[in-house]
Amino acid sequence: MAKELWKGNEAIAEAAIRAGCRCYFGYPITPQSEIPEYMSLHMPKVGGIFLQSESEVAAINMVYGASGAGARVMTSSSSPGISLKQEGISYICSAELPAVIVNVMRGGPGLGTIQPSQGDYFQATRGGGHGDYRVIVFAPANIQEVVDLMQDSFELADKYRMPVMMIMDGMIGQMMEPVEWKKPPVNPEDLPAKPWATTGTKGIHEPKAIHSLFIDPNESNDHNMRLDAKYQRIMADEQRYETSETEDAELIFVAFGTPARLARAAARLLEEEGIKAGVFRPITIWPYPYDALYQAAAQDSVKAVVTVEMNTGQMIDDVRIAVRGCKPVSFVGQAGGRVPTPQEVVAAAKSALGR
Amino acid sequence: MAYNEILIAGFGGQGVMSMGTTMAEAALSEGLNVSWLPSYGPEMRGGTANCSVVIADSEIISPIVLQPSELIAMNLPSLDKFEPAVKSGGYIFVNNSIIKRKLARTDVKAIYVPTLDIAAELGNMRVANMVMLGSYIEATGVLKFDTVVNMLRNVFTGKKAHLVEINRQALQRGAACV
Repeated sequence: MAKELWKGNEAIAEAAIRAGCRCYFGYPITPQSEIPEYMSLHMPKVGGIFLQSESEVAAINMVYGASGAGARVMTSSSSPGISLKQEGISYICSAELPAVIVNVMRGGPGLGTIQPSQGDYFQATRGGGHGDYRVIVFAPANIQEVVDLMQDSFELADKYRMPVMMIMDGMIGQMMEPVEWKKPPVNPEDLPAKPWATTGTKGIHEPKAIHSLFIDPNESNDHNMRLDAKYQRIMADEQRYETSETEDAELIFVAFGTPARLARAAARLLEEEGIKAGVFRPITIWPYPYDALYQAAAQDSVKAVVTVEMNTGQMIDDVRIAVRGCKPVSFVGQAGGRVPTPQEVVAAAKSALGR
Repeated sequence: MAYNEILIAGFGGQGVMSMGTTMAEAALSEGLNVSWLPSYGPEMRGGTANCSVVIADSEIISPIVLQPSELIAMNLPSLDKFEPAVKSGGYIFVNNSIIKRKLARTDVKAIYVPTLDIAAELGNMRVANMVMLGSYIEATGVLKFDTVVNMLRNVFTGKKAHLVEINRQALQRGAACV
């Protein structure tokens, strides 16, 4: 199929509709407002529901309700709005309901700036809400990958009955790139039945209940252990990553999203100076591809590992866990809306190598 | 291997963004790789705006243009800000209808295009950006003239179909400035 030029945010919305999403609840916030805008125009055309809620808190609870009724449902926002959704995400995780949540990140903390950032890594991977829960988190690096991962996101959400998050910096939402629609659109009527959904007893079924209250400590413990067993399965089965020129590299950059592209530009500059640098890019940042990164870093050729992030150093914690102290790990990045330059990344790489 | 990193900058309302998307669409229809990245912020009509376009026959590594191979400066603040960043041997296209100074750099190729004067002669001020695009295509050879004209035929249909001809003329007049 021919490639088309798409703006990131509009591609996210179109990809969700093509993935069979028929309910969208959200509230505008820069730099992701084109998502609700596109949904408002196109969701009614496929018989779906677009609703601009009165707040982000309301939107995430509408997601909770629609998902409980069996709908393929999505919400999106940018950093401050995602903070507001955290309570609902915790409830949805406990209630074991599928949903897709998109965070087009801007600089924080607080109201911050509308410029691109990756400051929500901790929030996405450690859980901004309360309790022992996890969400699968995809971190695409270009618009084609956003589109390719959307259907997977809804499928994994259904498979594990939990939210799947997609996080990207504001630049990916705002830019335009060619997109190829590789997968055929999903007809929601063809999706597998959800026997747990609360769709009414119709006078014949036993009533079903979806809740997150387990007041008996034994019941609550069992519930947590069951959730944890699910998360362990996901950690074993759902890690995704991409490597570029990491074999026999002297230095390994680790970066997700846009900085992975900057790291590749830096690797090319280093190559001109005779330094072989590779890029390890996690595509899922939870579950994190710890073992694959360890394998790459533990090679005899590797002298240093450098993380490149658009924050003050968040993923570096996971990189240190992965590398297990076998190689020095350092950080280069810019926070609060600034994007690191390939030259800054090159300088950090040389410093890490003692040159 | 062609790898063009273009920065287009000017006032909001000068057609800076649409010049970029036109180039991106045309490049895509020629089978090239492309990215288009706008500046975004609390912007308004009359404020400054810019977009980065990368056109390449190989994989595009980063959509961010820090050292453009070509700068299209539609107003003076944009020229002042970005002139030093242009790669040595690159191009700077100057909208000299409103930019009254010459380039300070001597290691880049300067193309002066009176976009507003030509647009006024054609009778539609809104084609000024297409005048500039015509100069860009003629000077760099990055895109084909016919590709852009065919694209305009797809953009301007129905009641707007008559706009194809004036835009085509704008492109041609711009090309003649090179």
